[in-house]
Amino acid sequence: MEPINEVKVEFLAKSSNEAFARVVAAAFVSQLDPTLEELADVKTAVSEAVTNAIIHGYENKPGYVKMICLLYDNAVEISVIDEGKGIEDIELARQPLYTSKPEMERSGMGFTVMESFMDRVEVFSEVGKGTTVKLFKAFKQHGK
Amino acid sequence: MQVKFSNKGTTLIVKVFGELDHHSTEYIKQKIDGELIKSRTKNLVFDFSNVTFMDSSGIGVIMGRFKNIQKLNGKAAIVNVNGQVKRILEMSGILKLIPVYDNLEIAINNLM
Repeated sequence: MEPINEVKVEFLAKSSNEAFARVVAAAFVSQLDPTLEELADVKTAVSEAVTNAIIHGYENKPGYVKMICLLYDNAVEISVIDEGKGIEDIELARQPLYTSKPEMERSGMGFTVMESFMDRVEVFSEVGKGTTVKLFKAFKQHGK
Repeated sequence: MQVKFSNKGTTLIVKVFGELDHHSTEYIKQKIDGELIKSRTKNLVFDFSNVTFMDSSGIGVIMGRFKNIQKLNGKAAIVNVNGQVKRILEMSGILKLIPVYDNLEIAINNLM
């Protein structure tokens, strides 16, 4: 399956860019004419992934988050990439309610939200090198 | 992101406007906690009728405020949530502690 379109953006790991990232992803995905609910799913998942990159990847230190969106006929694959500290135990990090930052009142639901709002979530990480989260979602072919 | 407060008896109503994400959490936490201390609040109601977006950061904010109000032997509730927010609330299990009601009146009656 070859992508029909692609966008790459890179932005500072600042919390004010969380809204920017999810709006960019939603605007790009809009080309496939998704439902409002599907769009909300994408925005929410991107928001979780980018927030993780900022809080956990870079721990609020300066750095860049890269987002690559690949559009297919009826699906999207969004990669959120940081070059931060990486995740030691990916399986643990994906557990519902697990958070390494309870003092920040983090709910530990980030990956759970991504998994339930997208069709597939893949996590690649290397300690000291960074993390890539790949979010995949197919859209219902309505109106076609 | 903006919050507005009103009181009904000993219930503090927190009306949240805009997008509730990690970026807005610090602001909203400080605002609500400041208000909790100064008024004679017992119970807390979050009015989400004007929340246009929420991710899991919102769960942390709600849970944190719930813990604070619990220390004052109070209860909390949420009203007027949209579909996307409801799904996140359900997923988190928070609804076992903090019920969602259709409107403010029902919430306040149930908290009495």
